[in-house]
Parts: sequence; structure tokens; C-alpha cells
Amino acid sequence: MGSTVNQKPAREEEIGAPESRWKSLFKKLIRNKSSLIGSCILIFFLLVAAFAPFLMTHDPNSTDLLNDFETPSSENWFGTDHNGRDIYSRIVYGTHLTLYVGTVSVAIGAAVGIVLGLFAGYYGRFVDTVIMRVADVLLAFPGILLALAIVSALGASLNNVIIALSIYNIPVFARIVRGSVLEVKSVEYIEAIRALGAKDGKIMFQHILPNVSSPVIVQASLQIATSILSAAGLSFLGVGVQPPTPEWGAMLNSGRSYMWDSPHLTLFPGIALVLVVLGFNLLGDGLRDALDPKSKK
Amino acid sequence: MAATDKTPILKVEGLQTSFFTHDGEVKAVDGVDFEVGANETLGIVGESGSGKSITSLSIMQLVESPGKIKGGSINLTGEDLLKKSKSQFAKYRGNRVSMIFQEPMTSLNPVFTVGHQVSEALRIHKKLGKKDARQEAIRMLKLVGIPAPEDRAKRYPHELSGGMRQRVMIAIALSCDPELLIADEPTTALDVTIQAQILELIKNLQESSGMAVLIITHDLGVIAETADKVAVMYAGEVVEQADVKTLFKRPLHPYTKGLMNAIPRHDVDMDELEVIKGTVPSSAEMPSGCRFMKRCPYASEICETHPSLATPTHNYGVEDDSGAVRCWIYTEEWDTATKKQEVQ
Repeated sequence: MGSTVNQKPAREEEIGAPESRWKSLFKKLIRNKSSLIGSCILIFFLLVAAFAPFLMTHDPNSTDLLNDFETPSSENWFGTDHNGRDIYSRIVYGTHLTLYVGTVSVAIGAAVGIVLGLFAGYYGRFVDTVIMRVADVLLAFPGILLALAIVSALGASLNNVIIALSIYNIPVFARIVRGSVLEVKSVEYIEAIRALGAKDGKIMFQHILPNVSSPVIVQASLQIATSILSAAGLSFLGVGVQPPTPEWGAMLNSGRSYMWDSPHLTLFPGIALVLVVLGFNLLGDGLRDALDPKSKK
Repeated sequence: MAATDKTPILKVEGLQTSFFTHDGEVKAVDGVDFEVGANETLGIVGESGSGKSITSLSIMQLVESPGKIKGGSINLTGEDLLKKSKSQFAKYRGNRVSMIFQEPMTSLNPVFTVGHQVSEALRIHKKLGKKDARQEAIRMLKLVGIPAPEDRAKRYPHELSGGMRQRVMIAIALSCDPELLIADEPTTALDVTIQAQILELIKNLQESSGMAVLIITHDLGVIAETADKVAVMYAGEVVEQADVKTLFKRPLHPYTKGLMNAIPRHDVDMDELEVIKGTVPSSAEMPSGCRFMKRCPYASEICETHPSLATPTHNYGVEDDSGAVRCWIYTEEWDTATKKQEVQ
């Protein structure tokens, strides 16, 4: 028996230095092609947003009616729009708006949704019924329709778009978190920590929350993509960010009338939008694979 | 410290825990009494569904709805725990009463390091600062026999083996120096050599701290190795109680006898193990008399009446007194009843 006792620690010694969760997650993300490409795209857009003032070649809002509908040239890289504004500069300037709307609306929606989902899943019964039925009602509306209704009620502005999208995001996160909490709640380590005398708040936020974070992180990255599209959609429908703000959706909207003769008015903001959304989706897929404990890769 | 002549650390009287389901009340624990003194180990043994785990969860007040403690009292050094409010009792849990669970693989939170989890109880109850708690955690890990505790404290649970994790669980449970340790099937999930080590560890720690230990198990081998006293549970009741030597020497209750006969033995040549026929009756078909009646080879008419847990006064052979049994055979009434039956 002595040998078995001594062998065990020896084998464990070979594991090497403990690796933090984040470090190993990062490694997995780098190894995964889709998340690698997604991250590269997003880092690119983040840099563009951060250094926009240096990257812009023209003032995004200065009109030049003599040079409207210019096709791409060395002077105007992506051409000019119907008011003669430089499309390249407008896209560069609009990048931070797009990222801002997407991340902030998801951050607010997730923060509220996570708390509601934790309460619903942890306390169950009446609390659960009330929270989840309200969430069901919100989820029953198609996303864009709900946002449209809220923005129409509040008035069209950037902040109201964010509020609308946040509200739309709340039930999405509440539902995901609740489901995961139900699963984690019954695992023995939660019972064990309760047996240690921890209070409900500590159990919920310190012990359950980190264990349900994987699906939340994945959903957040995918939801940012959806929110960016919805924000662009709202702008496109004219109830979102108002012109002349160079928001990509609004640019698509104003270029729509000239699509046949000057497709570059819609083409470039369209491509930018597709790339950002693609970036978030790829990252989301990669995160899902990396965070899934069952994937051995 | 001698267990006798002292207030017991834990005294459970008439404990009743029921689950209220759509099909009605299920009495999982129905009037259980026992006590454990300092430095003493009580083993509760029984098959699945006998109510042994619910008994331990009731003591910790961790019974989840629709379960509810319906009656009885649970005294910890003279204080009735059931009279405490939820927040008052939270101060006892993990501090004066601790519990270790069956599954070391799932009893540790995968997102925190082992050291963090051991220091948790210390930070909750002893209000230690981060650094002190960490030092104390490392000391505890060392105490439970974990090699290189400073390094292990930084590990996540998945990096440790099952036996190591159970040691960590024990370190967590004992970190606040509890008066009572409840071990619910502490070794079921471990392989046999590790089992022996863990039981040995619990025993050694008990000797140094003098705590009372309640071991819940279905394994009579574990009982024989660790317990001083045994309570055998069947269908939510204690059917026999005795000190461990007496119980193994002369099991009285037909159910206990059945359990003993179901243990494989190397010194007796047998082709097949004896089994106790049937299963634990469900609450719907619970007989009003003796609950073991339908599976009992000795069942008689008198068993239609519910027997009480009493010191055997009849038919038990050896002259010793310590046990109690819930069976008519060991009462005066048995002879009269069976004689009457013969006459008829």
C-alpha cells in the first residue's frame, strides 16, 4: 500500500505549474481558427475606432456639393456620397459609434439580465414565474420590432437606441443565466458551500455566477453582433441615430436611393457592417468551443 | 474524554422530515432519536431510501423544498438548533457543525483554487483577513496530509485526484474546528486503499480535536472500521441501535441480520450471498405496523402493530444491555402472541 500512497503525489507533480483559467482560455482561442480571425477583425476595428482622428482624411461631416457621387479615387478612397462627404472618413468615424452601441447595449442588458436570471434560477417558484413570464413576453416580440416600438415611444436618438436594445437584450441573458443556474444550483459544491454557512447573495454571485459565465460570454459576443445589426436596422428605418451623424445604418439608409447609379454609397458601409458582425460571430463561435469543457482541442 | 455521563454533543429526538409532493406526504425520516458524544463516532447505516442522508441534511437544515422538518428537536450541546432562525443557524453551519459530502469530484467549486475554498469558511466564520485565512488554509491542508500544501493551495480542483479532493473537503469541513462533523458517505466514491486512508484520517483528526462524528453509510465495513455506536435505519426509522461490537456480535433486528448475511465473507464457504427479499416500501404502501414486516422471515400477527424502539428484554441471549431494537421478537408479548397463534 505504501507504494500507492507515494506514487500519487509523484504523478501529480508532473502537471507542472498551475495555469490560470484565463491563460488557458487565451491559448485555446489562439489555436481556434474562427476565434483567431474574429479577434483579428475586431482588434482591427478597435484600432480604427481608437485612432479615428488620425485615420480620417476629411472631416466626416463637411459637405462638398461640387464633388458629390465621386467614385473611389486617391483623393476620396471610398468615394463621396450625395452631399459630397468623404465616405471613408465617415466610416472610420462611425466605427466607434457602432462598437459603442453594440457593447453598451449588451453590457446593460447582460448586467440586468444576469441578475434577474440568477434570482429566478436560484429562488425558483414565485420569483422565477414572475421574472420568466415577463421575459417570455419580451422575447415573444421580434427583436427589431420591440426596439422599434421602444424607440418610437422614447424618440429617435443614439441613447434611446441603446436603451431599446438593452431592454431587448435583458430577457435573452435572463433566460440563459436562469437555465445554467438551475443546472449549477443542484451540484454538490453549491450544497457544500451552503453547508459552510455562506449566505444566499454570496452563493449566487460568488459561487454560481462564475460557473455560468461561459454561456454568458458566448452569448454576449453573439448578442453584440445582433445589437449592431439592430442598431443599423433602426437607423436604416430612420428611427435610430439621426443624420448627419455618420452611423453606418444611417449611411446605408441615405445611400439607398442612389443604389443603382452609385452603389459605393451603400457598398462600403455595408462591408464594414458585415465585417464587424462577422468578427463578433466568429469570436463567439470560437469562445463557445474554447469554453466548452467537453471539447478537448 | 469519556462519552458517558456528559451532555452529548448532538442529541436528536423524534426528528421528522417529510416531503410534501403532489401525491401526498412522504415521511423520509419519521421519529429518529440518537445522540453522539464528544470524541465518539456514530454510524448510521441503511440502504438507499432509508432516510439516512435526509437525517444528516436535516441536522444541517439543508433539506430542500418540498422537504420540511416537521417535528422533533436537534440539540447541539444543549441548544435546540431547530429553534434558531435562518440567519442564526447560518453561524453554526460550517463553524460548529460541518459536513463532508459523498462526491469529492463535484463537491469543490471548479472555478476557485483549493486554497481559496479552504479559506472561505475561515473568512465567513472566523472573519480572518485574506492573508491570515490563506496561511490557516495551508496549515489545514498540511494537517489533512496533502503534500506540498503551499503549491496545492494554488491548484484548481480538477488538478487533484479524488482522494486529494476528499482530503481538501475534510480540510474545509474542519477549518473552523467544529464540534460535530457529519460525513455523508465520505468514501463511497473512492477506491479501497484511498477509502482506508480517508477513514484513518478522520479518526486521527477526531482524536486530536475531540469532535463528535456522524458517519452516514450503507457500507457495514466502514461502520466496523470507524464507528463506536451504530444506528440502523429502515424506512425512515431507527430499527436497531447498539455499540458497534455488540451489533456485529449479535445483530437482533431481522433487518440487521439480513444486512450482515448479505456481506460477502472469506471465512465461510457459500455459493450465493443471502439477499433481503423485496424493497423498502414506498410511502403509499407503508404498513401501519412494523415497516419491515413484509420482508421479514419471522413476521407474525403481532407485527401488525407498530413496535417501538426499546431495550431488548426477551429472546436476545447474551446478557448485555446497551442496545435498543424495534422488533416484537425481543419483548414479552412475542411469546404470548406466537403461542396463541400455535394454539389456533
